Amino acid sequence: MTKLQTSLLDILREDCRIPLEKLSVMTGASLDEVAAAIEDLEKRKIILRYAPMINWDRTDRERVEAMIEVRVTPQRDMGFDAIARRIYRFDEVKSVYLMSGSYDLLVLVEARTLKELAAFVSAKLSPLETVTGTATSFVLKRYKEEGVVFENDDTDRRLVISP
Amino acid sequence: MNYDRYINSRIASVPPSGIRRFFDLAASRKDAISLGVGEPDFKTPYLIRDAAINSLVDGETQYTANRGLLELRQEISLYLSDRYHISYQPEDEILVTIGASEAIDLALRALISAGDEVLVPDPSYVSYAPGVIFAGGTPVPVKTRQEDNFRLMADELEKAVTSRTKLLILPYPNNPTGAIMEKRDLEAVAEVVRNHDLLVISDEIYSELVYDGHTHVSFASVPDMYPRTLTINGFSKAFAMTGWRVGYACGAKEIIAVMNKIHQYAIMCAPRQGQVAAAAALRIGHENDYESVQIMRESYDRRRRLMVSAFRSMGLDCFEPYGAFYAFPCIRKTGMTSEEFCSRLLQEKDVAAVPGNAFGLSGEGHIRCCYATAVDKINIALDRMADFVASHS
Repeated sequence: MTKLQTSLLDILREDCRIPLEKLSVMTGASLDEVAAAIEDLEKRKIILRYAPMINWDRTDRERVEAMIEVRVTPQRDMGFDAIARRIYRFDEVKSVYLMSGSYDLLVLVEARTLKELAAFVSAKLSPLETVTGTATSFVLKRYKEEGVVFENDDTDRRLVISP
Repeated sequence: MNYDRYINSRIASVPPSGIRRFFDLAASRKDAISLGVGEPDFKTPYLIRDAAINSLVDGETQYTANRGLLELRQEISLYLSDRYHISYQPEDEILVTIGASEAIDLALRALISAGDEVLVPDPSYVSYAPGVIFAGGTPVPVKTRQEDNFRLMADELEKAVTSRTKLLILPYPNNPTGAIMEKRDLEAVAEVVRNHDLLVISDEIYSELVYDGHTHVSFASVPDMYPRTLTINGFSKAFAMTGWRVGYACGAKEIIAVMNKIHQYAIMCAPRQGQVAAAAALRIGHENDYESVQIMRESYDRRRRLMVSAFRSMGLDCFEPYGAFYAFPCIRKTGMTSEEFCSRLLQEKDVAAVPGNAFGLSGEGHIRCCYATAVDKINIALDRMADFVASHS
């Protein structure tokens, strides 16, 4: 990755709506260089999408989230990858991580209601043949995600004018 | 009761800061976007804050040594030799102060006798000239110009020297202009300093904020200048620690001792938690190659480019500011004075900037705009300013 690309990632992770012209000014690279650098990042799947970060708690959408610790039996030649793939294909599953420690996979699940989420665990996740156990914890409140604090913490406490 | 006869007439003779008046005006506009701030928009990195929290939890609530915690002075000594190749003894050549501001005040009071003249580049930070007057001296402005990239030029300096000149204040990277001094510029100044046997107060508070491949050169590292220089720096700008109020002065032990005499009677010591946090800032920085400073510097640099490019697109003359976090565009083509421009910009477009003349007569015709503000806000402010300039040109 080039220095320009590192710079672009730093800028875009904060705000991906900044137009190319401004990105070019901010990085001191030409418009063509910036466009090519971004295209390369996209091609190499370093940038996967440009999506807003949403605080769903402030919307009226019904939503429950849970983190499920899953213990599985790894399969010969496939390790954990095959079972991870089976799990991430479910639409309810937002994230899947292979973990070190007392369990194997951490699965972030989102559903509309508690009932739906319970049904997912009991009817879809647990019955998978290599899953040997699950422990579900519900998310009660989100404080910070991806470096963004969800509470009102953006007050600018600086003096409007200072020497 | 009329208090006039009780008030120190020398203090009364100094007019209130031009910034203060503008502050009241700006503070009354609740939705204004301010480019008038003079501090980072980052919070102090958490590890630094955490060090101060732990210190409080551990009950470290006592005075420190007058000169500051020895651990902090050792870190400062290491930092200055590491970064700027100047070496000061922690025991008697470094004094920790309440911000670089106190260090400047102490230096002026320690060095100025009645009638002494002090050379102050113009425009500059608002406190130097009043500080000189408070100390009983006479400030002598030395003009700097946009066509020289607001560097202090040796010939202008030479013209301002008289038989009463004792000191030069050298504030680079500069607030409000964003100008820096390269090594050769400093060498030219050094020549004048040497010829006229001057002392230099080098205020290097923005030393970490230098961009685009430029590096900061400490005046004390210029040949022969070490014994003639009082180096002043602090933590506010580099580590986003303005509210902690920790700075320092380094120089000949004879001068530091006199400054410490005032400091110990007037102040006792800088607040302990600020000192603990400052020591942590340098220790952590030393361990990770000043990573947080680097991240902030890169972020400022992007916004710097954005702002300067926008001013130029508006048709405003704006020299390339390679230091601090200010741009200092020329607004003369609008036909307005700096104050008029800033008042009307605030009233018509809800954008606050600081009139350049608040920093000295040579600042007239310019405005100071700080780019230490979120990119989206800078963009909105610049769009509004572009409208404003277009409708007044």
